[in-house]
Amino acid sequence: MTDRSLPSAPLPMANGRAMLGQRWRHLDKSVWVWFVAIAVLLLLIVNPLLRLLISSFQSDDTGAFTLGNYVAAYSRLRYLEALGNSLVLGSCAASLCLVFGVPLAWAVSRTDMPFKGLIWISILGTFIIPPYLGAVGWILLAGPNAGWLNRLVVALTGSSSGPFNIYSMPGLVLVVACYSFPYVFVLTKSALDLISSEMEDAANILGAGTWRTTVLITLPLVLPAILGAFILVFLEAIALFGSPALIALPGRFHVVTTMLWQFFEFPPKVGVAAAYAMPLLIITIVLFWLQRRITSRKGYVSLTGKGGERRSIQLGRWKWAVLAYCLLVCTLSFFMPLVVICQAAFAKAWGRGFSLDNLTFDNIYAIVFRNELTRRATLHTFTYAGTASLIAVVLALSIAYIVNRELVGKRVGHVLSFLTMAPFVVPGIVLAIGFYAAYTRPPLALYGTAWILILAYATRFLPIAYVNSNAAIRSINPELEDAIRILGGTRFTAIWHVVAPLLKRSLAGAFILVFIPATRELSTAIFLYSINTQVLSVLLFDKSDEGNFEMLASIGLVLVVITVALILIGFRLMGRDFMLRRTAA
Amino acid sequence: MSKLVLRNVSRTFGTHTAVHDFNLALEEGELVSLLGPSGCGKTTTLRMIAGFMSPTQGTIELDGKVISSPESSLPPEKRQMSMIFQSYAIWPNMTVAENVGFGLKVRNVDGNETRRRVDEMLEVVQLGTLRDRYPSELSGGQQQRVALARSIVVKPSVLLLDEPLSNLDANLREEMRFEIRRLHDEFRMTMVYVTHDQAEAMVTSDRIAVMNQGHLEQVDAPYEMYHRPKTKFVAGFIGRTNFVKGTRQGDAIDFGGFVIPWELLNSGGGRAGAQVLASIRPQNIRLSREQPAAAHRRCCVEASVQRRAYLGESWDYHVAFAAPAEPLRVAAGPADVFEVGEKVFAQIDTSQITLVS
Repeated sequence: MTDRSLPSAPLPMANGRAMLGQRWRHLDKSVWVWFVAIAVLLLLIVNPLLRLLISSFQSDDTGAFTLGNYVAAYSRLRYLEALGNSLVLGSCAASLCLVFGVPLAWAVSRTDMPFKGLIWISILGTFIIPPYLGAVGWILLAGPNAGWLNRLVVALTGSSSGPFNIYSMPGLVLVVACYSFPYVFVLTKSALDLISSEMEDAANILGAGTWRTTVLITLPLVLPAILGAFILVFLEAIALFGSPALIALPGRFHVVTTMLWQFFEFPPKVGVAAAYAMPLLIITIVLFWLQRRITSRKGYVSLTGKGGERRSIQLGRWKWAVLAYCLLVCTLSFFMPLVVICQAAFAKAWGRGFSLDNLTFDNIYAIVFRNELTRRATLHTFTYAGTASLIAVVLALSIAYIVNRELVGKRVGHVLSFLTMAPFVVPGIVLAIGFYAAYTRPPLALYGTAWILILAYATRFLPIAYVNSNAAIRSINPELEDAIRILGGTRFTAIWHVVAPLLKRSLAGAFILVFIPATRELSTAIFLYSINTQVLSVLLFDKSDEGNFEMLASIGLVLVVITVALILIGFRLMGRDFMLRRTAA
Repeated sequence: MSKLVLRNVSRTFGTHTAVHDFNLALEEGELVSLLGPSGCGKTTTLRMIAGFMSPTQGTIELDGKVISSPESSLPPEKRQMSMIFQSYAIWPNMTVAENVGFGLKVRNVDGNETRRRVDEMLEVVQLGTLRDRYPSELSGGQQQRVALARSIVVKPSVLLLDEPLSNLDANLREEMRFEIRRLHDEFRMTMVYVTHDQAEAMVTSDRIAVMNQGHLEQVDAPYEMYHRPKTKFVAGFIGRTNFVKGTRQGDAIDFGGFVIPWELLNSGGGRAGAQVLASIRPQNIRLSREQPAAAHRRCCVEASVQRRAYLGESWDYHVAFAAPAEPLRVAAGPADVFEVGEKVFAQIDTSQITLVS
């Protein structure tokens, strides 16, 4: 079918040059910006990981191909023991996390236990306390002689020495579990929140009591979530550097992360470290894949969202027993460590105990104002974290925009999306070694500058920024931008006048979500800092050798106070589910 | 010279062809609507005209210059067009006046001039009192008017409308049809109007282009489109109709139940023995109890009422013929009451029978 009134075609293009000119005029100039964003992504993620892999097969001195690094990394019993220790630590800590987290999640989600708010606050508190600060707290509590708990036992029983020694594998497991179980709690609770009471009623009506129903019906329904959480916590535990370094090293044993750190003692053996990091990387990737499969399985209909009516289970007299257990967990992970840390931070000497004449604000005042080293470290911490968050949010937003608006085609979009999320499955310490391998030599010799820390932070937390930016961009109808463009604005006009104003709040939220972990990041910083670029977390770790716990506690407390302030701002900007977003990745 | 020309335009997505060999020319100041069921390719065509998408074949020309071709397309912001979106796409972070004035700001029109033109435009769409409101404080109909004002105030070379009324309730929609036509007559803009609602297209358009499965079926003024549909799809999509199969025999066409002399039909073509398909609108058949006097261009056939339904404004009858032809639907006035099973005479206005392909 043809419209008869169609006029004759305009003259064809005269020559090739005119054609090129037309193409140039027709080209959407914004395309260059997207290329830059993609290039930065390659530089931050692909290059370090590639360099990590390559340097594991390279001699550090000559650069020649060798398998020597792998031989060196796996030929000594001590090195293999450290690998084994990490697996033991991971599985024990993850199991203990289940023992802590699952009952608490059930109690808060499904029962009429009193004081749920208190439990909530202390779990949020354990989220906020950096794990290595928790480790410091536990050293104060259960250090071999001077620890508060040991002194208590000595005072009560009159024995010559206390029974607790935090500098041991069980001690390390406890400390790691105390600061990882909130993940189990959050994931299990959100699964439990989706189960309708009708399913439990159905079991009740068939004759099962509360306990049998819980064990036979409720628990199996949330089993995938619990398994997923177990894997997540296992990975968290084996990737941790701070707590093992503070506890395992004085206890004279190694885990993978501390061993990697030793390879970096001068002169750094990058090749061996890279080879030694491979199992950590591979285990992480495989287990994350497994976790995704478990939690995305569709067999559990009740987890699809629409539940029926929900009622709390009446515990009767048992509620006090359940509450006691919850309080015990919170005491171990939050109240006790927090009390002794505060005491140390405000004490002239922490060993002199809780008395008014021991009280001083000198420690805090010193690290914030007087001590040049801590003052600079504080400044560094916040400028680096701020810059890194800015980079992460801008990059994540650009990538999310490119992917969602299909500016580079669907398939490339999938690749970009995958790459941006990749740091999620790379342990921080492995990423740091990759950065070291990629950016210590020309053409991009960033080592020794602040930029290597900033870029490593930005990369490490890019997935958090991406998940948030993606959700934000999806909430914007593309027609709002089309309307700008058809009226004569470019893509950037559209982003500046419509996308940015509409996303202000959620981008500020994403910024804070990156900023918080970046201020406390230790495992990447410890490999990439130099004398002139110290940050608080590194300083805290360095000072742990000196046994100056008053100063350690003060530094930690400053970090915590600032984090709490940021979280409160986040709540105001984004509402109550704000903190959950980072685990929803 | 034609304002806007689409020449052999095709667009494929993977293996799926959304638009196939589309040809259309719009004169300056003409309002053409693209009408078709959902998925027929009308929105794809519109987005190609706007420059959000490139054709995979063919060219689009504006004022005689190629603006879209498979090799390169002028970006939307350089086409001097404007568009009204299905979601209105009113920017929620700007007031009514800021929304309407945005296009002028981008065009570097100075502040006083912008203000004057915005106020003038807001009066035209009766939103003068709401200029400082935010979109969330407006009703759907008011948002629609903001979208209209925003796209007209820049005096676009072509105004594109993508199902602009589909989110409004029925009464408002009818009112806005006339409003859009009024604005078109007032500003004499070249407009392309995408809709799936045939009444909307009939009310607003100078010409209608009916699309089906990526193909352009027919382009005509509303009157011709209804009375002289060229294809079966158009006849069935625009209004209700009866399709009757027939065979050409000598100087007449045999429809099974009745025979109509060839010269009585308005359509030409067809060899002897050829199969034809005719469209007969239900209101072009009159029922009566007595045999009417023979009249020019009328064909009278005996039939019986098979089924009936009373619709208030009219009767909807199904009448069957003695011979094996399909029963026909007949629309009759409320006073023309016939019982089921009653023998009637059906008088067909042969001048209104159209042969379709």
